[in-house]
Amino acid sequence: MIYINIFFSEIYKIIFLLLPVLVSIALIVWLDRRVWAFVQKRKGPNVVGPFGILQTLADALKFMFKEIIIPASANKVIFVLAPIITLTLALIAWAVIPFSNEMVLANINVGILYLFAVSSLSVYGIIMGGWASNSKYPFLGAIRSAAQMVSYEVSIGIIIVNVLLCVGSLNLNKIVLAQENVWFIFPLFPMFVVFFISALAETNRPPFDLPEAESELVAGYQTEYSGMMYAMFWLGEYANILLLCALGSILFLGGWLSPIDIYPLNLLPGAFWMIFKILGLFILFSLVKAIVPRYRFDQLMRLGWKIFLPLSLIWVVLTASFLFFLDMLPVAG
Amino acid sequence: MLAHSLFFYFFSTIAVFASIMVTVSRNTVYSVFFLILVFISISILFIMIGAEFLGMIMLIVYVGAVAVLFLFVVMMLNITEQLAKRPSRKGLINNISVGSIVGVIIFLELLVVVGGWKYKGTFVPLSATNLNMDISNTHALGNILYTDYIHLFQVSGMILLVAMIGAITLTFSKRENIKRQSYFDQIQREKDSAVSLVEVESGKGVKLDD
Repeated sequence: MIYINIFFSEIYKIIFLLLPVLVSIALIVWLDRRVWAFVQKRKGPNVVGPFGILQTLADALKFMFKEIIIPASANKVIFVLAPIITLTLALIAWAVIPFSNEMVLANINVGILYLFAVSSLSVYGIIMGGWASNSKYPFLGAIRSAAQMVSYEVSIGIIIVNVLLCVGSLNLNKIVLAQENVWFIFPLFPMFVVFFISALAETNRPPFDLPEAESELVAGYQTEYSGMMYAMFWLGEYANILLLCALGSILFLGGWLSPIDIYPLNLLPGAFWMIFKILGLFILFSLVKAIVPRYRFDQLMRLGWKIFLPLSLIWVVLTASFLFFLDMLPVAG
Repeated sequence: MLAHSLFFYFFSTIAVFASIMVTVSRNTVYSVFFLILVFISISILFIMIGAEFLGMIMLIVYVGAVAVLFLFVVMMLNITEQLAKRPSRKGLINNISVGSIVGVIIFLELLVVVGGWKYKGTFVPLSATNLNMDISNTHALGNILYTDYIHLFQVSGMILLVAMIGAITLTFSKRENIKRQSYFDQIQREKDSAVSLVEVESGKGVKLDD
């Protein structure tokens, strides 16, 4: 009996986490297109609903009624599996994101490693989709994407090490609580910049959208996909973007803490500040998309391996020696 | 406790089944996918015995990086050609004999290790590693790795570095006659050095340097 109770209460919690995430993905796609349009002095989607806010819903409805086409020469099992894996991995990562001190589905000891592991797994959806399509553009896109995501994961990992040196714990709640006095963006500002750019590359956002570069590869790994399967790729991609925004706000912007701990601000719930910071980072993401032209592939690799990796490694040494010699290393606990 | 053993048997069955499929499946890409499944189930087993750090590192290193590179290489192979080729009888006998020799050796080694577990105390001094149950296993691992075993840890790092440098020197070849982009040259370029006016006499061409 007790197992059934636990089972249902967990299911209930999971649904009330996933539904807001999925709805906010729909809104965030609309926001992305609006910001993009405003930078380029266009109007953007403004017809369906107030300010066009229901545009994504209309798109999703359209995707649902489209036929799913599976190419004759494709590897059918893996072809169908790829978008499912992409979306699942993008959603399970939300289990450890804390929205306040108590509002977290799974408060695990190694939360940051879990997030890192899930985001490094998300490359499989893309590789599988590209390979199973059995077509040249998706395959080229998949190969590019694998190389790109593996390279930028390295620098993201080392940036996470930087933050962990200052915290002394892998628990996401403890990382947030360690920033009560000062957000890590101030002492580690260069690392925040590197993290932001690596996050763009990790999620295949412009200017690093080489896996789906439409001027060269049609749509990269998604070329052969249609209908709901395409929509799942698309949902997974935006869920991943939101996830990296959440990770950035936890690591550098104090997560669910209010900016300054004074009377009217600290009355607001932590979830409000968390969502506010995620949105702020996301608007930066979409501004970058509108402003910066696409990188060439060799430039992308050079940036990842020859600039970001040495820079973040040097910063690890600097942070560690600073903390060590000023006797500020966090106590293990 | 019942739920725990149920989960254990569930995941270990998947792991055993998938590791058999790695060797049995004809399609090499499927083999790599089954290998990934093995890694994931093993990391779940790690998490189930409370070694959450090892489980996550397993996911990050093996599934997130090593298996991606495997897949990268294997995807380049021509699968249809491979599937069409039947294994010859002679090759089969050859492979089975070599494989069974290696298998028997590994089995004997495992036997020695598992059998010797009882006498571990007499060979390895256990006093150096007193476990503190209060701290998380990330801290516990760090406490052991960076204090008692720091030299071994550093040496293993050096071995990996040497292997990496070796692989790079083996595959690196300096190519001639290609134009490389130099960002600093491009940025430093001024109008004076880039553009020049040439007086051309009528009836004669101009010879430029490059």
